[in-house]
Amino acid sequence: MLLRHTPEEITERSALTINPAKTCQPIGAMYAALGVHKCLPHSHGSQGCCAYHRSALTRHYKDPIMATTSSFTEGASVFGGQANILEAITNIFALYDPDVIAVHTTCLSEVIGDDLAQIINKAITEGKIPEGKRVLHTNTPSFKGSHVTGYANMTASFVQYFSEKTGAKLDQINLIPSFIEPSDMSEIKHIADEMGIKYVMFPDTSDVVNGPMDGKFRMYPRGGATLEQIKSAGDSTKTLALGRLGASAAAKLLDTKCKVPCEILDLPIGLSGTDTFVDALRLAAGVAVSDSVMLERGQLLDVMLDMNQYTHGKTVSLVGDPDLVLGMAQFCRDVDMKVLHVVSGSAAGPKFDARIKELCGEEVIVKTGANADMFYFHQLIKNHKPDLILGNTYCKYIARDEGIPLIRIGFPIYDRVGHSYFPVVGYRGGLRLLEKVLDIFMDKQDKESPEESFELVM
Amino acid sequence: MIEILDERKRQVFENGKDSYNIACGKASTAGSVSQRACVFCGSRVVLYPIADALHLVHGPIGCAAYTWDIRGSLSSGSELYRLSFSTDLRENEVIYGGEKKLYASLVELIDQYAPKAAFVYSTCIVGLIGDDVDAVCARVSREKGIPVLPVFSEGFKGTKKDGYRAACEAVFKLVGRDNTTPVSPFSINILGDFNLAGEIWIIKEYYRKMGIEVTSCITGDGRVDEIGRAHKAKLNVVQCSGSMSYLAKMMKETYGIPFIRVSYFGIEDMSSALYDVANFFDNKEIIEKTQKVVLEEVSTLLPQLESFRRDLEGKKAAIYVGGSFKAFSLVKALRHLGIQTVVVGSQTGTQEDYNYLKEITEEGTIICDDTNPLELSKFILEKGADLLIGGVKERPIAYKMGIAFCDHNHERKEALAGFEGMLNFSREVHSSIMSPVWKYSPARIKHAGGAE
Repeated sequence: MLLRHTPEEITERSALTINPAKTCQPIGAMYAALGVHKCLPHSHGSQGCCAYHRSALTRHYKDPIMATTSSFTEGASVFGGQANILEAITNIFALYDPDVIAVHTTCLSEVIGDDLAQIINKAITEGKIPEGKRVLHTNTPSFKGSHVTGYANMTASFVQYFSEKTGAKLDQINLIPSFIEPSDMSEIKHIADEMGIKYVMFPDTSDVVNGPMDGKFRMYPRGGATLEQIKSAGDSTKTLALGRLGASAAAKLLDTKCKVPCEILDLPIGLSGTDTFVDALRLAAGVAVSDSVMLERGQLLDVMLDMNQYTHGKTVSLVGDPDLVLGMAQFCRDVDMKVLHVVSGSAAGPKFDARIKELCGEEVIVKTGANADMFYFHQLIKNHKPDLILGNTYCKYIARDEGIPLIRIGFPIYDRVGHSYFPVVGYRGGLRLLEKVLDIFMDKQDKESPEESFELVM
Repeated sequence: MIEILDERKRQVFENGKDSYNIACGKASTAGSVSQRACVFCGSRVVLYPIADALHLVHGPIGCAAYTWDIRGSLSSGSELYRLSFSTDLRENEVIYGGEKKLYASLVELIDQYAPKAAFVYSTCIVGLIGDDVDAVCARVSREKGIPVLPVFSEGFKGTKKDGYRAACEAVFKLVGRDNTTPVSPFSINILGDFNLAGEIWIIKEYYRKMGIEVTSCITGDGRVDEIGRAHKAKLNVVQCSGSMSYLAKMMKETYGIPFIRVSYFGIEDMSSALYDVANFFDNKEIIEKTQKVVLEEVSTLLPQLESFRRDLEGKKAAIYVGGSFKAFSLVKALRHLGIQTVVVGSQTGTQEDYNYLKEITEEGTIICDDTNPLELSKFILEKGADLLIGGVKERPIAYKMGIAFCDHNHERKEALAGFEGMLNFSREVHSSIMSPVWKYSPARIKHAGGAE
């Protein structure tokens, strides 16, 4: 009973967060930057921030995560971090030779008020940035938003710095995913590939943070969108943003800066979510849905029908990043499960609440932002126990204490593997998710049913 | 081949080849992929295992989120320390100050959880916005009647070592609060063991068998009340060179308690840790009991190590750990397994530490301070290491390169301290180096002369 202290009665808390269901902006910016080829994320702040983010991402992906830091000292926090970052830029290009350095700020450098745009210009005029190399920045104050905001900000900064409208009409569309797993990014590309669509996708962390073991430590793994691709995004015909909170900033900026119209979709999780995505893809690229994609859809639908009796009416509590939990809610509705609770530490606004209610019904309890933490989530569960929890590793305390099964989805996952390699998005992701859900309910039935109704064929 | 930055050249040393004094204690070079963390991290890891205290992180959410239950420090009772509490500072507080929020959070938490004491960690931003954390803590302490201790751990104020110091200063305020509970004339405090995977329980059991009372553990499986009477123990036994020496020095100055430095890793160091304590008390009975403990343990252990040694003889290891004291023990422990250390480094070693490493390692061994992944992978390749011993950020680097790994940091799953820890350590190293998975590693296949 690790959480034996959690009281059932929900009282108003004025100030504090207990067991957060979010983390700070910079780690999201670091993750987004890893989705660009030969890009080295750089943390402009104290050394600890960078070490923590790298450790957290390493625990989640079990792959080396490379990033550098300005290593602030007391002096830097009085006089500003300009000297630190100028020195860092020189050292990084000399030593690690990335194509691009993606600087994100921290609470410290934000409060000091370092003007990164001006500092980068200074680095350019002083010749500290070698020919053909680039440095960009994004502002990620840790006291605003969450890791999802940081991811969105860094993604938008790539557009701000690199996307250009040259006037050439390229026969391609842009795909911008929210903060999701590398496996999910691969799956989105797979669907577009199967439909024969030309696209640019960024960030793209597949083959970066889920690299193979091939006997070599690579500072820059094979994957990631190239700067050339991000540049060309300004000449695409359309942008599809997948996930409102994580992806729309970059998509909207492509619209205002390069006049590439955008459409903002939810993450394609479950049958209906993927249908929406595939339909948008089809219209954006002017192609027909390929037979291979229809086959995947048909297989998912087939299993949904076959096994409906095992998912029907089961209750679920969801916690995680807004884009992800919204997708999960869609999936749950598709397979006829009932969502009781939706909680996210990242503030998602009233539109999000309305959308969740539209999907799950008026009775669903939805809360995001301040005080929407794991403590609160646990209290909700104590008051109405679901059959299943969907959330990150930190749900394991609740799952254990309350005796409720947990499927790990979201960030971070520190105690299971698979999320790096197998998707939850797309039809195939839906099938994987459904298999996981069914395994839990059917194993439970096998374990708990009385002998006379213990079934061989299910 | 990679370059080593000019600024860092003197932080890397090849034994038998270079003759300069290794540079250390330097701030990391800006722009390096340092494996080091910050002041807050230092304080947080040291105080974290005090299980019945409340640990409130005063700052934006990240600092609390990244340190939530990531340390495998076990508690025999209270699990309060494993929860994550944060004031989650937002823009509003950055502008108008966070004192009100801090006060409200503390009051709510103390009312709800009734902890024995509370630690309030200042993060970077608190240092800048100028919250008077001291005053808020004093007020809450007065109102609630428990010690509420500020930890001045603003991340930018130095290195992880400075965080240890801030932690020591905070914990020192808990010492000396209990003068009534009787304490044995043969009593010690264990300083600088954090009870990872239950290690302190193993060590305590040895001391118990020797007839020694452990008055308090600071901080592994730590309790506020025990720390309150720590000043009445006769000796401080300090492990982990960096983190707790400062507390030991303060306790010596204020309470006149002498201290010795020990390590619980490996056979020699573990034995000395027991003998040094026995010799301090200079009591015939204790010395005899100690001999008995060591004899029993070593005679069960050594034959078991033999089978591991047969497989491991001639293998080479690279070590990169936080504190250098641990590195000393590891070099010696590996020698028992027939493994030679070819690369050894630490995040926080001193000049003295590195000189000692020079003495105990062989010619050609690379000794490095505050290294980074690119350097480390280069050294590993150059020296042909078969095994890397390190922490969470080093593990995937070793695996990608196709060499074995042993976690000797927070995330160790097995106790590595004590004599039985030596056995676990040998088993872990053996199972990683001898894993059949390496048969499929491209680097190994190439090394063995086969086709890639």
